[in-house]
Amino acid sequence: MANQAWGAPRLSGPQPVAKPELVAADAQSGPLIRTGHNRFADSFFYILVLACGICVLALVAIIVYELTSKSAPTWHAFGWKFFFQSDWDPVNDHYGALPFVYGTIVSSVLSLLIAVPLAIGVAVFITEMSPPWLRGPLAFTTELLAAIPSVIYGLWAIFVLVPLLRLYVQPWLARYFGWTGLFEGPPFGIGMLAAGIILAIMVVPIISAITREVMTAVPQQQREAVLALGATRWEMIRTGVLRNARAGIMGGVILGLGRALGETMAVTMVIGNRPEIAKSLFAPGYTMASVLANEFSEASGDLYLSALVEVGLALFLVTIIVNIIAQFLVWTVTRGTPARGHA
Amino acid sequence: MPDSAALPSTTLPPISLVRRATDSLVTAAAVGAVILVLAPLGAIFGYLVYKGIGSINLAFLTQTPKPVGEIGGGMANAIAGTGLILLIASVAGVPIGIGAGIYLAEYGQNRFGDLVRFTADVLNGVPSIVIGIVAYAIVVLTQKHFSALAGGVALAIMMIPTITRATEEMLLLVPHIVREAAYGLGVSKWRTTLSITLRTATSGVITGIMLAFARVAGETAPLLFTAFGNQFWNWKLNQPTAALSLQIFSYAISPFDEWHRQAWAGALILIVLIVGAVSAVRLAASRGTLKGAN
Repeated sequence: MANQAWGAPRLSGPQPVAKPELVAADAQSGPLIRTGHNRFADSFFYILVLACGICVLALVAIIVYELTSKSAPTWHAFGWKFFFQSDWDPVNDHYGALPFVYGTIVSSVLSLLIAVPLAIGVAVFITEMSPPWLRGPLAFTTELLAAIPSVIYGLWAIFVLVPLLRLYVQPWLARYFGWTGLFEGPPFGIGMLAAGIILAIMVVPIISAITREVMTAVPQQQREAVLALGATRWEMIRTGVLRNARAGIMGGVILGLGRALGETMAVTMVIGNRPEIAKSLFAPGYTMASVLANEFSEASGDLYLSALVEVGLALFLVTIIVNIIAQFLVWTVTRGTPARGHA
Repeated sequence: MPDSAALPSTTLPPISLVRRATDSLVTAAAVGAVILVLAPLGAIFGYLVYKGIGSINLAFLTQTPKPVGEIGGGMANAIAGTGLILLIASVAGVPIGIGAGIYLAEYGQNRFGDLVRFTADVLNGVPSIVIGIVAYAIVVLTQKHFSALAGGVALAIMMIPTITRATEEMLLLVPHIVREAAYGLGVSKWRTTLSITLRTATSGVITGIMLAFARVAGETAPLLFTAFGNQFWNWKLNQPTAALSLQIFSYAISPFDEWHRQAWAGALILIVLIVGAVSAVRLAASRGTLKGAN
């Protein structure tokens, strides 16, 4: 993305227009290279790649069209109430998506609460504190976390994280923080807390990658200036780097939110899949993405299917808006800096 | 008196204990964060190897799943199915992605180019499960079948924006002088783009393709109601097809120990595939002609 700045000033516009005449003249005086039917081939090639570009537009248009047209019956039947009612009852054909909206929001926010401090810590360490030889391997390893498929996170969570939570973490939380009401009830292991933690592990690499990118975009002189005023390293990072990269870091966090909202498999495997709204984080829940994963291929009635598609449409719109905000924020910090940092 | 007042002002005042303590505290916290983030990574890989390696044998790699309760069997059909779906996805997604990338880099410095660029970024952020719904609507509903083709289309839609943006980025890294040299020899625009510009950027473009490939190879959500899964061999494009990730999912949430064991083995194979691809790409990118590749 940053390369656009690099590419912008080059001679692109008038160049191709001027070429064909030159080439044609050459070809008549005896071509050195077989260049083919230039005019025809060039416009054919242009149309071909243009078609590919239009294809990208068409895909998004198809997504929007399919989602809106297939979800229309539910929209007509329930309108806005669809998102504010909490009974999901396929047997009686009555649908309310509130438990899924609630589960999606709570699990995503919970994951951000855990992931953001860790991700920023990792980014600060890699860009500002780590010895140079450790920098590359560390960045690579955190990127590796992003390459692990969701289903493998889920598998690991079911057999390692959930028992760990059930046996050690949840009893401890219940004993010391039970009074808050957030950690009540039987410790199943499976539930909102497990979903939040696994999501946190999954979004850390995204947030820390963006944070690193915007931190390296902060000019080096800025750091030196703050240090010269007698600041300690942390004071330099806080006032000289983090404060300048604030908007970009926020963008990274929101990008992580976008990922967490749409994440399906790992959450489906550990959240418990019960359409209930409970205050306790130990209780099972359900998210928009996981209800799609569980029920879509078995949805029988037309209204049932269209209710699920409407959940998908809502998920689509929310993640799009979140991603656009995030990209704008990141862009405000990294614009004008040459290609991606050198982390 | 004036002397003693002048001297200390040339050296900085000592940094207070509180400030120094805060500094060390934050450093410790950052190191702690790194350890906390790397711990799950280590744990995941450790468990995958520990649980998976013992279950991978010839039967696992050559047989189809056994019915519930029987020991043995394997995921051969799922491994092949993943290969088939990925092949369809690549055949459909790679050319379109590269084409759109060429359009953006060579012709896209205008409003319409910006629109395509923006749309590609939007498409990149669409949750994979939503892509699954769309593939279901456009392929499964018209074919009236869950099928390998539908799964391939879903994954292709996910690959296209990644490849498009990577191709554009790599083509823009090619110096304009190279293009002008070709024009100067009388080579046409299309020939220059394909044989000169794209050729120069090949290693970077391949990096982009491999990253897109690694991203979709482990995808499960968009395959749930497109490829659907299958307990038997299938090579027909219009029939439900098994996939490694689907098989891992259904085995992991099953109540049988034997299936759990196989889920770990399948996961190990999948991760080796993906991490292998990503590392190979990293290595190639750091040694390749285009250092800016990643």
